[in-house]
Amino acid sequence: MPLLKDGKRVADPWVHVADEVAVPATGAVIVGLKRWRHERASLLKRGDPVGVRLKSMHTASDVADDLDHLGVVALALPVFTDGRAYTNARRLRERHGYRGEIRAIGNVLPDQYLFMLRCGFDAFEVRAGDTEKDWDKAVQAISVFYQPAADGRESALSLRHRTPGA
Amino acid sequence: MYQYDELDQRLVDERVEQFRDQVARRLAGEITEDEFKPLRLMNGLYLQLHAYMLRIGIPYGMLSSVQLRKLAQITRKYDRGYGHFTTRQCLQLNWPKLSETPDILAELAEVQMHAIQTSGNSFRNVTADQYAGAATDEIEDSRIWAEIIRQWSTLHPEFSFLPRKFKIAVTGSPHDRAAVRFHDIGIVIHKAPDGEVGFEILVGGGLGRTPMIGQTIRAFLPKKHLLSYLEALLRIYNLMGRRDNKYKARIKILVFELGIEELQTLVEDEWNRNKDGPLALPQAEIDRITRQFSAPPWQTPASAPNQPVGAVHAFENPAFEDWERVNVAEHKQPGYAIVNLSLKALDRVPGDLTAAEMDAVADLADRFSFGEIRASHEQNLVFAHVRQDDLLPLWRSLGVLGLSTPNLNMISDIICCPGLDYCALASARSIPVAQRISMRFQDIKRQHNIGELRLKISGCVNACGHHHAGHIGILGVDRQGEEFYQITLGGNAGENASIGKIIGPAFASADVVDAVEAIVATYLAIREVGETFLEAYRRVGAAPFKQRLYPEPNHAVA
Amino acid sequence: MTLLVYTANRVSDGVVVFLAEDDGWLEIPRPSGVIRGADMEMRMKAVAEAAEEAAIVVSPYPIEVTDEGGEIRPVSLRERIRAYGPSIHPEFAKQWPIADKGY
Repeated sequence: MPLLKDGKRVADPWVHVADEVAVPATGAVIVGLKRWRHERASLLKRGDPVGVRLKSMHTASDVADDLDHLGVVALALPVFTDGRAYTNARRLRERHGYRGEIRAIGNVLPDQYLFMLRCGFDAFEVRAGDTEKDWDKAVQAISVFYQPAADGRESALSLRHRTPGA
Repeated sequence: MYQYDELDQRLVDERVEQFRDQVARRLAGEITEDEFKPLRLMNGLYLQLHAYMLRIGIPYGMLSSVQLRKLAQITRKYDRGYGHFTTRQCLQLNWPKLSETPDILAELAEVQMHAIQTSGNSFRNVTADQYAGAATDEIEDSRIWAEIIRQWSTLHPEFSFLPRKFKIAVTGSPHDRAAVRFHDIGIVIHKAPDGEVGFEILVGGGLGRTPMIGQTIRAFLPKKHLLSYLEALLRIYNLMGRRDNKYKARIKILVFELGIEELQTLVEDEWNRNKDGPLALPQAEIDRITRQFSAPPWQTPASAPNQPVGAVHAFENPAFEDWERVNVAEHKQPGYAIVNLSLKALDRVPGDLTAAEMDAVADLADRFSFGEIRASHEQNLVFAHVRQDDLLPLWRSLGVLGLSTPNLNMISDIICCPGLDYCALASARSIPVAQRISMRFQDIKRQHNIGELRLKISGCVNACGHHHAGHIGILGVDRQGEEFYQITLGGNAGENASIGKIIGPAFASADVVDAVEAIVATYLAIREVGETFLEAYRRVGAAPFKQRLYPEPNHAVA
Repeated sequence: MTLLVYTANRVSDGVVVFLAEDDGWLEIPRPSGVIRGADMEMRMKAVAEAAEEAAIVVSPYPIEVTDEGGEIRPVSLRERIRAYGPSIHPEFAKQWPIADKGY
């Protein structure tokens, strides 16, 4: 899957390791939650970066105590209508203060980029044909935000009631 | 009423262009119907039996005369010259072309209207009391809070893909005209003993396949915490609401499965972490929005003698007296009254209004009610601020339009979904049943003798016609290709909410009006002095009605 | 024998259409669209699917009809309402005065 970060197609330094496949000796890997829990010590001992994949029924608290060790938390959208990942992303950023990469995987579509970005996602595994142009269009489509969220974009509420001179 | 600022306007304008691009991609064949469907639904565009259907949001039912004229113009230019008011205080166009919907939305944006989230699995149009700002029993204007919720819930980044649709209603009066107990979240404005005004939050009400009455999850919520509390509640629902079965995905099922106490614990925990965060409402914002719902410049002094409604011109004309007694409600300002425009005359489709009528109603609103119109969830219109000495000329003008039938809350004031005449989900027709019942009970004196009787018809189990909440509810079902109608009794939408109970086997289309008549006759035979249909039903239960409807024992209900 | 006609809604305006052999998608079902034989069934199905692929129509499907001297009438109430228009608006009827034929 091509990876979009900051709106650019970038090489993906991470390798997804499926649950039934052996972890390679070296290199940054993203593993499933179950493996992370069972093989945590050996994964950390490798010395290379580790990330964890969460399914949509998992919650942010499933990895809350491990965040210092995780370079990526990848949140799955099995279908784009499964909105649980949005809450998990916000909780990772806002409740748990996670500053690593939050990556959207699965059914990731341009029409949802902006919502994801607002919830704290900053990396997107997109469909083969999706381009940086799609990204720009999607992210620039709306410039007014009623809600404060995880991305620092200023809400309408805040814009309306800025203290003068602040 | 609320006027958009530059930010509100920009968002709606941008959303129109975003949708224009999505429509263009669909028309060019770049995206499939499966990909397009969720996108169009997020903008209120359905594909029904005969055509697309565009559901235009009317936040808390408030319309200006300028907006209503624009709606008239849109129905003429892009549709077939009429629109349909819904139980979510929205307006549906039944014949828009896909290729023209972006232009319709652009025209709507010119008058600060949109169709954002009138469908899809997210927040729907926020509804409120149609008497807000005018009701005698109001603690505080529900529209202020409905508007605050409208903004927070519009294009919410976290909650645009909820397990299922989500409906919120607000009432500022203890007498609930907004059916808040049948909403995913119902908000009741309360005054605490110490004088502080805040909210009771109800959760888990709903109709549909599994009707449930909302339960209190928080008895009192201070005003500034409204959004942080709602966000906490929605967050728990987003994570825990069922996604494996669309019929079990509404929050009412989560409330049922978890229990209200468990849900309350989870929500309070979530809320306590965030309540003083950026969603805490600054007083300046509450004030900004409150100002926009300030009272219109009433022309009678507060000290003016208030003539009890029903006595203003009673001597002149008994028909006027009937109308004034039934369709006019008391106003909190002396010298003013609230007028209901019935969209349920004998020859009408419940809730439909033609373009010419929209223009005429807009003109009357300018003359008689400060240029403002409300749509009620009962599919009628309201002029909220009419001078009592204008009632007679207004009544005459409404009579010319056929909008003065004195049947508010009577048996012919039927809530009715579009049914199989329009709807792709329907099992049976509902509008012709409503019309036949109106015809049977067309004698208005007879209706007044029967008194308050809320009859509600849905064409399928999704219950858009609120049949569970009808004193008499009628549900259309398909029996091997034939239209049948199941009757429920004893439902009620107000503060004493109840869910109607099925009275027995369904009736064939040809028999359903007779069945309604038999129910009414039973009531008239058993009622005590001054007892409404609902009170009588609650006193005696279903037995006498069953007996009358299904006299032979072998037809008795299991 | 069960007679079938393909129907769908047109993408551009949502209008109900019926597939007719050689004539494409028409607002009124025609005898030439009535499927006769397995060959024709395959052919019409392919045409319908291609039209969906090309974003001309949405979700085509076959419906049961009767042929009354060249007048093609859907069998189910739902499909009759789709074909003729809302029963409460006879003035919108596309085919013949509903009062004459009923639903």
